[in-house]
Amino acid sequence: MSTPEWFSPVAPALEKYAHGPVAELWRRPGLAPRDRSIVTVAALIARDLHLVWRRPGDVTVVLAFFVVATVLFPLGIGPEANLLARVAAGILWCAALFASLLSLDRLFASDYEDGTLDLLLLTPWPLELAALAKCAAHWIVTGLPLAVLAPILGIAFGLPSDSLMALAATLLVGTPTLSLTGGLAAALTLGARRSGALLALLALPLCVPTLIFGAGAVEALTTGEDFATHLAILAALALVALATMPWAMAAALRQAGE
Amino acid sequence: MPDLHFLANPARFRRFSQRVLPGLALATVLAMAVGLYLALFESPPDYQQGETVRIMFLHVPSAWLSMAGYALLAALGAALLVWRHPLAALMARAAAPVGACFALVCLLTGSLWGRPMWGTYWVWDARLTSMLLLFFLYLGHIALSRAYDDAERGDRAAAILALVGVINLPIIKFSVDWWNTLHQPASVARLDGPAIHPAILVPLLWMAGAFLLLFITLVLVRTETEIDRRRLEVADIA
Repeated sequence: MSTPEWFSPVAPALEKYAHGPVAELWRRPGLAPRDRSIVTVAALIARDLHLVWRRPGDVTVVLAFFVVATVLFPLGIGPEANLLARVAAGILWCAALFASLLSLDRLFASDYEDGTLDLLLLTPWPLELAALAKCAAHWIVTGLPLAVLAPILGIAFGLPSDSLMALAATLLVGTPTLSLTGGLAAALTLGARRSGALLALLALPLCVPTLIFGAGAVEALTTGEDFATHLAILAALALVALATMPWAMAAALRQAGE
Repeated sequence: MPDLHFLANPARFRRFSQRVLPGLALATVLAMAVGLYLALFESPPDYQQGETVRIMFLHVPSAWLSMAGYALLAALGAALLVWRHPLAALMARAAAPVGACFALVCLLTGSLWGRPMWGTYWVWDARLTSMLLLFFLYLGHIALSRAYDDAERGDRAAAILALVGVINLPIIKFSVDWWNTLHQPASVARLDGPAIHPAILVPLLWMAGAFLLLFITLVLVRTETEIDRRRLEVADIA
């Protein structure tokens, strides 16, 4: 399928990839489907990161929200050190979940509004790959910084150093699930009334297992339970989300694009 | 699977449902009367729980029906997405609030029973939490299906959500086996037969039957209403 010339004024960033080397790679004979999928996902991630790079405010505001929301808890609960250290993992996990949701609102919305989504429906590669790339880019700009920020905030809560490492590890393994399930909620609520609140209502129940095992893993470390089991379950949840959510997201995006 | 295509036409569905509804409503009333009589007067008080055991005759059937209701939503969602079954969307719209009510009844009766028996209205154990999540999934389904100006988009989005959320049903069912919960393990649907005395089991099954009939009746009535509503909307636009 050749790219129409009206492609570039509507979606200049996408045009660069749809018209350029990626589309050629996708159609190149002899290239294994697996390889061209990887290249395409990488190119789409690069596109989203490029967009974020040009407007870094969207990401920094989410991280700022994470910090401010976390800081409110000691002020609300009171400064007792033992209590704070005990609830720190749960608070940081909840705040990470909220921050992640906050940024998901715009995951597909800008593409939906400016018509890029319709063009993505026309590209030769499957929509599932585009959805996966979106979530991967979202994870890189929110999940990854959150996993770095959380242990730093954990110091303020008086968490011991092994708990700080555990917290970072659980967030690294758990936040991809948040990006993927939240991505589904974002795709389902495209163009809905009150889509932001609706997104939270849909995504939060689905994210509960991740929250329980994520915060539970850090808790397990202090009570002497098995940390590795919790982490393994967290990884299993992420893999299940990785294997199922792109399809559900693509189905939701298709019905949004109809 | 029986051929349900004869119900795909809304007009035919209406004729079908209007034929069966009076009988269904009558059966619901009779079964509810018998079940309530057996549950409230005939069955003995439990030797440990005393009279509070009677709450179970409402709690257990509503729990079953709320889970069956979500399974129905998922099945209707699949029918809508795979076959574009026109009635599935309307029936899902009709069934979701009914299922949510059963889930709420289950949660409320459970916490009323928990106060005298466990000494607390609520504990955060796996069974209670997963049931609460089921209620939230119902709310999400209801909100999503009604969040679009184009009703059909809401139907399809809610169908996808129902299919994803169905993962919660096995978690609810097996939560009492997988985790140490305050909630008691399964005692009726077990491979080695029910572990309940017939004096309690028989009224419980009557109540379950009555709740099932009530569920079907409500869903059929509400589906008819949804058909009418959709017709009015279309007529308004045209």
